[in-house]
Amino acid sequence: MRTVIRGIGVVLLVAASAAFAAETGLRLEPAPGRRLDHESLQRGARNFVNYCLTCHSAQYMRYNRLTDLGLTEQQIKDNLMFATDKIGSTMTVAMSKADATAWFGAPPPDLSVEARVRGTDWLYSYLNAFYRDEKAPSGWNNLVFPNVAMPHVLWGVQGVNTLVETEYEDREKGEAAAIAAKGLAKLEPAPNGKYVVKTLAQQTPGSLSPVEYKALVADLVNFLDYVAEPARNERINAGIAVLIFLGVLFAFAYALKRDYWKDIH
Amino acid sequence: MQKMLNWIDERFPLSALWKSQVSEYYAPKNFNFWYFFGSLALVVLVMQIATGIFLTMSYKPDATKAFESVEYIMRDVSGGWFIRYLHSTGASAFFIVVYLHMFRALLYGSYRKPRELLWIVGCFIYLALMAEAFFGYLLPWGQMSYWGAQVIVNLFSAVPVIGDDLGIWIRGDYTISDVTLNRFFAFHVIAVPLVLLLLVVVHLMALHEVGSNNPDGIEIKDKKDPLTGHPLDGIPFHPYYTVKDLVGVVVFLALFSVVVFFWPDGGGYFLERDNFIPANPLQTPEHIAPVWYFTPYYAMLRAVPSFLQSQFWGVLVMGAAVVILFFMPWLDRGRVKSIRYRGPLYKIWLAVFVVCFLVLGYLGTVPVTVWGQFGDMMGAADRATVVARVLTLVYFLFFLLMPWYTARDATKPVPERVTWT
Repeated sequence: MRTVIRGIGVVLLVAASAAFAAETGLRLEPAPGRRLDHESLQRGARNFVNYCLTCHSAQYMRYNRLTDLGLTEQQIKDNLMFATDKIGSTMTVAMSKADATAWFGAPPPDLSVEARVRGTDWLYSYLNAFYRDEKAPSGWNNLVFPNVAMPHVLWGVQGVNTLVETEYEDREKGEAAAIAAKGLAKLEPAPNGKYVVKTLAQQTPGSLSPVEYKALVADLVNFLDYVAEPARNERINAGIAVLIFLGVLFAFAYALKRDYWKDIH
Repeated sequence: MQKMLNWIDERFPLSALWKSQVSEYYAPKNFNFWYFFGSLALVVLVMQIATGIFLTMSYKPDATKAFESVEYIMRDVSGGWFIRYLHSTGASAFFIVVYLHMFRALLYGSYRKPRELLWIVGCFIYLALMAEAFFGYLLPWGQMSYWGAQVIVNLFSAVPVIGDDLGIWIRGDYTISDVTLNRFFAFHVIAVPLVLLLLVVVHLMALHEVGSNNPDGIEIKDKKDPLTGHPLDGIPFHPYYTVKDLVGVVVFLALFSVVVFFWPDGGGYFLERDNFIPANPLQTPEHIAPVWYFTPYYAMLRAVPSFLQSQFWGVLVMGAAVVILFFMPWLDRGRVKSIRYRGPLYKIWLAVFVVCFLVLGYLGTVPVTVWGQFGDMMGAADRATVVARVLTLVYFLFFLLMPWYTARDATKPVPERVTWT
């Protein structure tokens, strides 16, 4: 009977967990957003279906919608559709949630609106933040999302990174070092009262150079950003037209008002 | 045309209504900026109803399909994203407009005699609007929808003795579920809008009975033209205020469009990030915050400490913060209505009140740890909580001390006729 969660309890729980979240000193890398760059979006779509779509669905996204990116339906069929032959299908995966939970510990989230939840900077940083960790069940860990269940799917292209921890005497020196790292860096208080800056260093190279890998991730994140709101470009273009229209309407409405009100004394 | 009108007029007072309510309703000629928000509230209401009807055509009030159907609207329904953003932005715009409309009443004493009922009906509209927004926010069935509703319904569970049963009665279940979604949908699309529309009609009838107040806070009906019997400082609502309000509507629509087309999530305030995660009863989000228009009250709720092992006091304070608005007409003992002729006391209190409301609103959106903790002297209490407590107190003092400070406040002489330059 009394399984009802008491509201105030929830509030307190929230306050406590928020306090925890506020202590992580993570510097994200800004994602290069290019919503109008069709080539980048097309490469992102290719990367998505090749690397992500085995486990992660985008179940609200239809394949034929990808014509937004300047592709023909035939091109989509030939290059991007492996799981279905119906162009109007959504981007689903064959893996069941139960299987995924058994294999990874947690079901891979649907990525349809992930960019609206996390933001593109987070996604971009996250995909750059995997490192080798023998203690983790999958053998991989992540600087942005500690102990994430997802293994580093892109390790073959990125290569293998390791974690570099440098200790600093106080917070100020740690912060300076984190800024100087000019990329992903995480500042954490160490148990001995000092501060640790965590960064990543490449151990073995992958099939792409670090710069090329970042470009691949940037395209992918660009695509995920598009998938999260396919109507975005249409929205922005419509907005410009609407504002111009309202500007003209304002001129007429204001003139009308002036004309009517000139005899009020 | 005239024949047709005559035919109607013999059977329905169409021309008479038009004359009495619009073309021969005399409004003061000195309305300023603050007087746009009444007509704008009406525009937003109509827009919310119109867009709501279209959303209802594609939305599915079903816990397994609701989230999906919203994404379906955003992607597959033609123009669906536009309708949805109009509706979601419209909710925030409604509160912005209504808050400014209410602030206008505080500025110019529009709640004072003979407009007490007009004000009270307005307070009921505000309550209905809060209910409408609350029910509607569950419908996208995201994490914030779900947990926000969970927290608010649990407020009722904090009522002593009957609380638990009351909570179950509201939800129709032991937790927020499909049953709750269905009934909230019913409330959102039919029950509350009916009440809201009826209240708006009553609000307008009361307004047209007593006549509009104005920035000088004087009654234009006291000075009438002996020949025509019309107020000397009044002008017919149509065409003068219809053309003027049209300008206001166009400017409003332009600002509104900037949000709808270029900034639809309002930086996470109009559409919260976590609400793009489907509702998950097993996973409490890190930080639950209601949408911005409820946050001043939410901050009060969090600020009130538990007492006698009950959290109900916070709920009481939150409720009282809204209910106290109803008593404004009798709390204000000032000799003049408009802030233009009031002394410094009211001006300072009103300014403090506005700051309180805004800061509480901010604090309601962030975790209580946002400003860190005080030292051991203060028992290491969260700074934000202590500030929220003080501001809650000041919020109530604005009302409770009003009879005293408005009565002893200095006043300036009120003009005979409205100020018009």
